Amino acid sequence: MELTFRELVTALHGMLFGGFFLMALFAAFVLLLQLSHPEQCSAQAAAAQPIPRWQTFYLISMVVLGWAAVLTGAYIVYPWYRAVAPAGADLTLYPKALLTARSSTAGWHTLGMEWKEHVAWIAPMAATMVAWVMLKHRAAWNASCQVRNAVLGLAAAAFLAAAIAGAWGAMIDKKAPVTGGQTYQLMRSAK
Amino acid sequence: MTAPATPNGPIAAAVLACAIGCFLLGVLAVAADGSKTLASALNFWNPSGPLSGVTTVAIALWLVLWAILAARWRSRTVAFAKVTAAAFAFLALGLLLTFPPFGDLFLGR
Repeated sequence: MELTFRELVTALHGMLFGGFFLMALFAAFVLLLQLSHPEQCSAQAAAAQPIPRWQTFYLISMVVLGWAAVLTGAYIVYPWYRAVAPAGADLTLYPKALLTARSSTAGWHTLGMEWKEHVAWIAPMAATMVAWVMLKHRAAWNASCQVRNAVLGLAAAAFLAAAIAGAWGAMIDKKAPVTGGQTYQLMRSAK
Repeated sequence: MTAPATPNGPIAAAVLACAIGCFLLGVLAVAADGSKTLASALNFWNPSGPLSGVTTVAIALWLVLWAILAARWRSRTVAFAKVTAAAFAFLALGLLLTFPPFGDLFLGR
């Protein structure tokens, strides 16, 4: 049972950073909904309340995961994906070239990757905003339903963007996996 | 006893700057797709191509705009509903512009 270096890094990008970011965003959205009882939108509710430490850790971790996902994607995995294949090269090592070589698979790049590579960045931007408001301006968030709705909307947009990017990334990696580099043997075969 | 009203300016600044940043990301993505000159100018790091410049510039503009708006609205209470409406319009456009068929409409493809 083997794994190449590029497969390992791609798994870290998509399954560790991206996957956990997506789950964290969904849970943050649920948390925001739970904290957003309309009857609590009053100046009374704006009285300073300490933010639970776990929420601080959770929101900061969510933002870090989001930025880690897009940065590793754009600056480590994407260069492997889009590398120009030399003439006569084995295209399995050049996923973009492999996909665009046939009209039946070109859409995975022209629609999927070209959408994913840009929309993904909206997720950590919006998640950063959500976390910043929740950590720095909790009193104003407590006091106004308008503020709560705006933050919820941004959290939903972040989740949508991350889900689009994650889904395309997973599907593209099934059609043309990023592979190559040093091979690591995880387990010896029984045979 | 009620707490004093908390200015919503800093939050409005964060929401609006984020949405405009997302919109600018979409605009730059489409523009770089349609112009070889711009794509070349945004090719900050060759292995990642124009994506490196598109995202770096969009994030820089987002953070600069956030700092400017936050400074201007630091202790103000703004018309939050209007700011939110504008922000979500920018955000929706930003999301749409990253969708290649929508961007291609602007490029006449």
